[in-house]
Amino acid sequence: MVKKTGAQIVLQSMQIEGVKAVFGYPGGAVIHLYDELPNYKIKHYLVRHEQAAVHAADGYARATGEVGVALVTSGPGATNTVTGLATAYMDSIPLVVFTGQVPTALIGNDAFQEADIVGITRPCTKHNYLVKDVKDLPRIIKEAFHIARSGRPGPVLVDLPKDVLVGSTNFEYPETVNLRGYNPTYEGHPGQLRKAVRAILKSKRPIFYVGGGAVLANAAEQLTELAVRMQIPVTTTLMGLGAFPENNELSLGMLGMHGTYRANMAVTESDVLVAIGARFDDRVTGRIDEFAPGAKIIHIDIDPTSISKNVKVDIPIVGDVKDVLTKMLVIVNEMNEEVSEFARAHGDWLAKIAKWKDMHRLDYIQEEVIKPQFVVEKICQLTRDLNPIISTEVGQNQMWAAQFYEFTQPRTWLTSGGLGTMGYGFPAALGAQVAFPDRLVIDIAGDGSIQMNIQELATVVQYQLPVKVIILNNGYLGMVRQWQELFFRKHYSATDMSVAPNFVKLAEAYGAVGLRATKPKEVEPTLKKAFEINRPVFVEFVVAREENVYPMVPAGEPISKMLLV
Amino acid sequence: MKHIIGVLVENEFGVLSRISSLFSGRGFNIESLAVAETEDPSISHMTIVTRGDEQIIEQITKQLNKLINVIKVVDFTETDHVTRGMMLIKVAVEGSKRLEVLKVVEIFRGRIIDLSAKSAIVEITGDEGKLQAFIDVLLPYGIREISRTGVVAMTREAKTKNRMRLRAV
Repeated sequence: MVKKTGAQIVLQSMQIEGVKAVFGYPGGAVIHLYDELPNYKIKHYLVRHEQAAVHAADGYARATGEVGVALVTSGPGATNTVTGLATAYMDSIPLVVFTGQVPTALIGNDAFQEADIVGITRPCTKHNYLVKDVKDLPRIIKEAFHIARSGRPGPVLVDLPKDVLVGSTNFEYPETVNLRGYNPTYEGHPGQLRKAVRAILKSKRPIFYVGGGAVLANAAEQLTELAVRMQIPVTTTLMGLGAFPENNELSLGMLGMHGTYRANMAVTESDVLVAIGARFDDRVTGRIDEFAPGAKIIHIDIDPTSISKNVKVDIPIVGDVKDVLTKMLVIVNEMNEEVSEFARAHGDWLAKIAKWKDMHRLDYIQEEVIKPQFVVEKICQLTRDLNPIISTEVGQNQMWAAQFYEFTQPRTWLTSGGLGTMGYGFPAALGAQVAFPDRLVIDIAGDGSIQMNIQELATVVQYQLPVKVIILNNGYLGMVRQWQELFFRKHYSATDMSVAPNFVKLAEAYGAVGLRATKPKEVEPTLKKAFEINRPVFVEFVVAREENVYPMVPAGEPISKMLLV
Repeated sequence: MKHIIGVLVENEFGVLSRISSLFSGRGFNIESLAVAETEDPSISHMTIVTRGDEQIIEQITKQLNKLINVIKVVDFTETDHVTRGMMLIKVAVEGSKRLEVLKVVEIFRGRIIDLSAKSAIVEITGDEGKLQAFIDVLLPYGIREISRTGVVAMTREAKTKNRMRLRAV
């Protein structure tokens, strides 16, 4: 057997795990690792802030379905990853984050750049490790990747003390993992599956409520086939966008606080609601006791803790969404006649939904100034055939992107749903662009959010990543301002952000391209120009300052009580 | 309702902290906790006494199971089980009260493990009701100090085929 240092073992193990890109930032505790890095076939991307390293790895993971990897030093390097980890944890994104640590002999001594990162990140990682002995390193890395990508995916942190990286041992990468306390259930229980299909076939007003789990399980195809075969309308959560093609007539769009009128009404009046890889988040359900009040609830989820956490579930199915839907399709295909009869029998339900669709469409009134929704609509028109990847920041920009971009493919939508992390979109787009150098990657941003990780301009310029950042500049922290307008007597406390950099000059200062438009008629030509430039571009649209996102369900109200345009 | 939950965990550093931060992070309550190595030194056994309605207990057991270092979770409450706790109690035994106290200790089948002119340390085991009764009886004599373990529990051997078995949750 070959003796290798801890630093070599980390890199060799990454290579065996198929890691191609690492996002990171060096420092004293990981300097040995960085010294070895150029000897391996792993491309390192030097970000300008560790938070961005984790978001970039996260964007890479969401776009590809592979495990994203970040590498940072100890102390502040490690603590800067916390927001990125919490973001990935809330949205179940598979990551392995390696942090440096002071030598084992100094742990607990308040040494220079020491932080108890394993303690700090315990509640925001799926699991984490402090490696105390170089001999444990191959096993721990194997387990870390396994835990990150299996079951309900999530981020795993591996803390690497400096002496572990310097020390050496015989290296053999384990073939299997042996974790007696970890054994996720992939296969749905056959009895429950039959029960679920029978319940659906008995329903008159069925609906599929689809979340990010369907995307994570790569089950978009099975979902679409099942929905179309059974003629069941589909609404997706923010995280589920792309799991079902929004141009299909069964699509109701997004539900919840800023969901479509038809989706929220259909959920409220449904008699069987099938939750597929969704977790009844408060932004989806509104007032929980009036969420789908008359519906029997079937819940498919790989994580048993999601089931009956917020709502009582009638038919729980623990399993991988793809496995469960595949098996449901088999059952459905065996019951051909009944299924066809069922599909015919709830035609009036579909007709009712079609009527809702025409009642309150997502809309806005175009005026002299650019409306932000108009920009998103234009982006959609100009790029829908290019299969682009869209990331967002958080707030109004995120909601307009979700509402006005028509998603038809999974893994083309990167957004921080659970944690709602402003500053996520730009580094996530960077990570996705690394994974797909030839695809169009667009970050739809607000003027507030973009300033939270704007330093990554240097990274996209350094690695020539032609990310397009669309800044909808309204000079406000728009979503908070909207709440202040509606619920706090227009008291705009600390939300006016009209003091901002000149985004065009700023982009140029970093060596990127800056464009700006202020009139509606300039929107299309400016976007076209941006998409034709094969370099990173910032495009600033000066938009209506006090535009609101509608529909809106006020906090604490049932989702059928929407404020409409 | 009170539940006694047994948890088998990997005997590794940081596991106790994972469990306790799960409880605090999700707003669950720990009434008592007892932890020790099992016959297999790689496994520890924890006994957690907690309180909550059915839905909360379901979440607690599921969330515990979700931790990578947790091997098995058992809710003792719905099984036929025994519980014991141990207590050291320092009680005043001055003057004429000394014999009375010794009598009480005998009735409760406690043991005096230290005796001085002013006080005695009594060791006593039992279920929570017995320990509480012992405290109540000694209270008038003057309790100086109490140190108690958390509750430990075990399921009785099933006596008939139909008897409810240890329910893994």
